[in-house]
Formats: sequence, C-alpha cells, structure tokens
Amino acid sequence: MKKDYVQLAHGSGGKLSHDLVKNVMWPAFANEILGQMDDGAQLDMNGCRLAFSTDSYVVKPLFFSGGDIGKLAVCGTVNDVAMSGAIPLYLSAGFILEEGFPMESLQRIVASMQRAAAEAGVKIVTGDTKVVEKGAVDGIYINTAGIGSIIDGTNVSGSNAKVGQDIILSGYLGDHALAVMSERHGLQFPQSVVSDCAPLNGLVKSILTAVPTIAVLRDPTRGGLATTLNEIALQSQVGIMLEESSIPISPAVQAACDILGFDPLYLANEGKMIVFVEHECTRQVLDIMQQHVYGREARVIGKVVKEPNGQVGLRTNIGGVRLLDMLVGDQLPRIC
Amino acid sequence: MLQMNNEEIRKAADFFTHEIAKLAGDKSFRLMEVCGTHTVAIFKAGIRQLLPENVQLVSGPGCPVCVTPNEYLDTAIAFSRKSDVMIATFGDMLKVPGSSSTLAAEKAQGADIRIVYSSLEGLELAKRYPDKKVIFLAVGFETTAPTAAAAILMAEAEKVANFYVLSSHKLVPPALRALLSSGDSKVHGFLLPGHVSAMIGLTPYEFLSKEYNTPAVVAGFEPLDILQSVYMLLRQLDCGVAKVENQYRRIVPKEGNPAACEVLSTVYQAADAQWRGIGHLKNSGLVMREKYQKFDALLNIPVTVEETKEAKGCQCGSVLRGLMLPTSCPLFGKTCKPEHPVGSCMVSIEGTCAAWYKYGAGRWQV
Repeated sequence: MKKDYVQLAHGSGGKLSHDLVKNVMWPAFANEILGQMDDGAQLDMNGCRLAFSTDSYVVKPLFFSGGDIGKLAVCGTVNDVAMSGAIPLYLSAGFILEEGFPMESLQRIVASMQRAAAEAGVKIVTGDTKVVEKGAVDGIYINTAGIGSIIDGTNVSGSNAKVGQDIILSGYLGDHALAVMSERHGLQFPQSVVSDCAPLNGLVKSILTAVPTIAVLRDPTRGGLATTLNEIALQSQVGIMLEESSIPISPAVQAACDILGFDPLYLANEGKMIVFVEHECTRQVLDIMQQHVYGREARVIGKVVKEPNGQVGLRTNIGGVRLLDMLVGDQLPRIC
Repeated sequence: MLQMNNEEIRKAADFFTHEIAKLAGDKSFRLMEVCGTHTVAIFKAGIRQLLPENVQLVSGPGCPVCVTPNEYLDTAIAFSRKSDVMIATFGDMLKVPGSSSTLAAEKAQGADIRIVYSSLEGLELAKRYPDKKVIFLAVGFETTAPTAAAAILMAEAEKVANFYVLSSHKLVPPALRALLSSGDSKVHGFLLPGHVSAMIGLTPYEFLSKEYNTPAVVAGFEPLDILQSVYMLLRQLDCGVAKVENQYRRIVPKEGNPAACEVLSTVYQAADAQWRGIGHLKNSGLVMREKYQKFDALLNIPVTVEETKEAKGCQCGSVLRGLMLPTSCPLFGKTCKPEHPVGSCMVSIEGTCAAWYKYGAGRWQV
C-alpha cells in the first residue's frame, strides 16, 4: 500500500481538508449531528436548542495589522457559533505554550481575548494550559470552543439553500489573509491592508431577529468565498451563480493579489459573512446589514440556481461564465 | 484601461469580440498564448467562450513549472534528503511529481524545505542559517532569472558561502523557434508573454515575423488586454502582414529592461537545455559563468539522484507544444487531477491542464 502523509495543504480549508475530514474523521465519528456538516453542531438538549463549535488557532505571525491570535481565537469561535443561528454565550480557551515564550506576549494575547470577548458579549468560563518543550510548538497555539443558544423560530444550515434565493456578502474579501501574509513575509503593498477580524454575532442577531426565515449563514474563512459556496452547493445539492462585478474586493487587496498571483475569492476572511435569503426579504436584510458597522458594504453577489447541481459558477466582468471550484491545497505564490 | 468601470469594460469587451468575429469570418485560426499567466487569465475571464469557434486559443510552453524536467525535481528531492541542506523554493514547485516523490511529501517527512517569494529571501535564509547549505530552486523564464542572478551577485558581494542555486532557467524565444521549426504546431500567431517581454523587450521575437512570417503581439494580462491582442493578431492576419506588435506598452518598453538583462548576462550564459515533454533545445537555458560556479549546487554539493522515470501515459509534452488539448488526454480529470496530478501541467497553478480543469472545461456546462 502506498504510504501517505499529512501535508500542510490538508489544513488549507480547501478540497484536501474536506477530503481528510470525509475520509478519516467522519467514518470514525459518524453520527447524525456531525453529518449536518455546518460550522457548529446544533444540539437539542431537553428542549433547549444549542449551537456548539470549536476551532484551533495556529496563526503566524501572532500579531498582525488589525488583530492577533487571541482576538482571532475568540472571534473565530464566536462567529462559528453565530453562523449556526445562535447567540454565543460561553467560550472555553485552551493554550499550548512553548517553553521560553515571552510572558509579555502572552499577557498581550490574553488581554486581546478579553477585549474581543467583551465586544462579543461572551464569557470565557473554562480553560486549560499546557507548556511543551522548546521547539515542540511555534510559540503559542490556542483552542477555543463556544456554546450559544439558537434564536427561536430560526433554522439555519448549509443544507437549506434553495433555487431562487439571493446570496448576500457582508463586505470586502481577502483583507485578513493579505494582512497576515504581508506581515509574515515582510511584503509591503502600496496601501496597507488591515485584517477584518471581528465578532459577527451582533450582526447575525439583528438580521435573524428581523428575518427568521434566513436559510444559510456562513463565514468564508479558510478556503475563502469560493470554497465556502462550494460546500453549501454540495450540502444543499443546488447550483450557485455569482456575478463577478458585484463581488466587493478592495483595490489594495486586488493589487496585492495581482502581484502574488492569488485569487481573492479563495483568501481567508475573519469578519465576513454570507447570507442566503428568499428574494422578497433581500432588501430588508441588506438594509439592516448596511446599517451595522460590520456589514456596511453588504451586497447581493449572486443567486441559487438549479443547474449544475453541486457547483458554483461565476459570470465574469466581460460576460464569460466559468466554474468557480473549491480550493485544492494552499494558494501558493506564482513564479512569474 | 485599468480605470474603466464595469460597464465600460463590458462595452469594450463586446466591441473586441464583435470585431474579432468579423475579421475571422469563416476562416479558422489557431493562436498560441505562450505564457501560463495568460492561460489562467483567459480561463478566469471566460474568454474562450466569447470568441467564435473558429478562433481557437491554444496554450504553449509558457508555464515554468511545467517545462522543468523530471530529472531536476529528482535532483532537488535528493538534495532535500540531505540533513545539512535547506531547500528554498517558490511554492508551486512543491507538488510537482518527480520520479517517485514530491518536495511536499519530503517536507511532510521532515526535509527542511522553505517556501520563499523571491531568490533574495533564499539568500536571507542562508545568512540566518549559516550551518545549512541553502539551495534556491531557480526555475522560470527571463522574468525570474535576473532576480536569481542578482541574489548570486549579492551573495558574492556579501561573501555568503552557504548559498547555492539549482538552476533550471529557460529562455522563451528558443522554445518558440523550436515550435515553429518542428512544423507540427500549425500556429497562426502568438500572444507573447508580458512579463518576459518587460525584461527582454521586442527585438528577440523579430525572427517570428522575419523568418517564419508569423505575427505576434506582446499582451497584457487584463481580460481586455487579451481580447485586444487577439484582435490585433487577427488584424495582421487579415492584412496579410506579420510583425511583432506591443499591446502591453504601459509596462513593456521596446528595449525591455537593460539593467536586468545586464545582471543576467553577468552571471549566466546561454546553454542547451532539457524541457519537460519537449526535449533538448539549443541555447534555450542558462548556466552560470565560471566566475559564479561556486554558487552552483550541482557542482558543489555531492548528491546521488535516482534514475528518472516519466509518468506512464502522461501527455504533457503534447499539451505543452499545443498539439493536444488537455481534455483529449485520457488521464485528464480521471487519474490526473489537481489533488493528485500525474503530469506537471496539472500541478502548477499556471499549468494548462490545471487551468482547464479548475475553470471547468469539460466539466462545467451552463
């Protein structure tokens, strides 16, 4: 039998990550809740509907323009819980620290987590700390898990997309990935790019309270908009057609992508969300989003269509149409 | 052109597609885009379906990863297995299959392989890790070769003794000559690579029109650049003339970048080179001049390389010469996919097969 190894690309959030979970994790852990394939598990506990989610944070560098690993660890899990249609309430925080890690950096990170939790209105109520030998981890890794209560009367899932629904995106794509990357590689772009890392639970609560029929919520993190929409298309067995001219990408991110050979549609975001809603409610959702600090640039970027089933297409600026596939591996800078 | 709004872009695109159809009439044309970045841009913008069926765009040998021979990968992999070696490479070399492994697989098993964004980053690694022999994998055309040469000059000036280069640089004009002289490509015109041309200018392409009566246009990478370039090629063909035109004037000066060319010729000289799937082409590669050979990894670090084997059934050679469309390859989309590529054309983000697959050719019908 051919030996296989875990490679970095298995953690990119794209097709290889998807295959890894499908082929290794699911067969072992299979149950009907995991099978929902959403960002968080939706649980019914004695009549109380809860959302539960976990994520680990291994970002490098630890501090970047617009955020740090601590803010990310809180916002990431808050958002995963919120994308299940829930109000996040409590978080856990697990730290794996490398021997020799500067105490000052740890204090900065913890303070940042506290600020992010305060903004999101969640409490960090349990945790764990382990210290490992120098070289065993890269400074600090953080795991957070979150729990929240699902808003009454709502039913949000990636499997709820239906033909005719509009797809709304809350703002500009790619800022987080580019901010981290430029810091990591010392790249200087003409205009600075700041991570969009932010808690979206307030925005989710506003739109879900007003329009409980919202079908799908998802934050396009690793793998970006393209991979996230592919997952939803597969989950719901529908097609998706996007309009390139409607997708908001800032000139700074576009310029950086042009230089590096990246596609902003695959770049990670940490403060953006996608909403699937019936067309008659679109205007109402847009109005609410555009009044919120994290949804000012919200706009309709496409529609759910019948065919081709399970795939995402893009109508380009010049009128062509092409497939928008799931990310395979990491996006890597081109040679020329 | 870059300042146009969406409506203006759409109008201009409609104009060019209309004019292209008018010029083509009922004659058939095969136009080759030489650069992998063009191939991706063409698919990304959905340009192929905007052109009439009788104006066919075929991809040429313009993806640097694709044309890098298997033997080079095997050598890089063998170097990566040495405990005192660190490999510095552009990211898209990681997944390219050698005869029995990939750099990504070696990395997963502990090889010290770092992804860099430039050759100078490789030099920085050498300075930071003086106990390691840092080998920069220098692949690419005239666009990237000057930066590798600059890194070597800098290493020489700063007396960095642990920086090495494993060179597989290639030159575009000899590849075009080989394509045309073989007589089997049946290409009516070339979209020339904007990035390469920004370095070498227009003069090195003049043999295309003078010796082979084949029109060529240096093209930019925006969708409208490409449509306009196709239009310019068809206009030449319609008038029965063949010349080298420059659509990408906002970036490409006629004389290229003399400073970069000088750095290049200081360190490197032309030599015969092996192209994956194409063969041995005269004066189509670059080797270090004697003075700089102390930076040549092959000449200075002993290594045992496995016997090179080619992937069974792989048709990358025919694809790279524009003789076969990716969808005609029996492996395409079956045993050969981006997540488990058989040939190099499916590996690189700029590979022809990868572009066809990723953007849906043969598997996306609206």
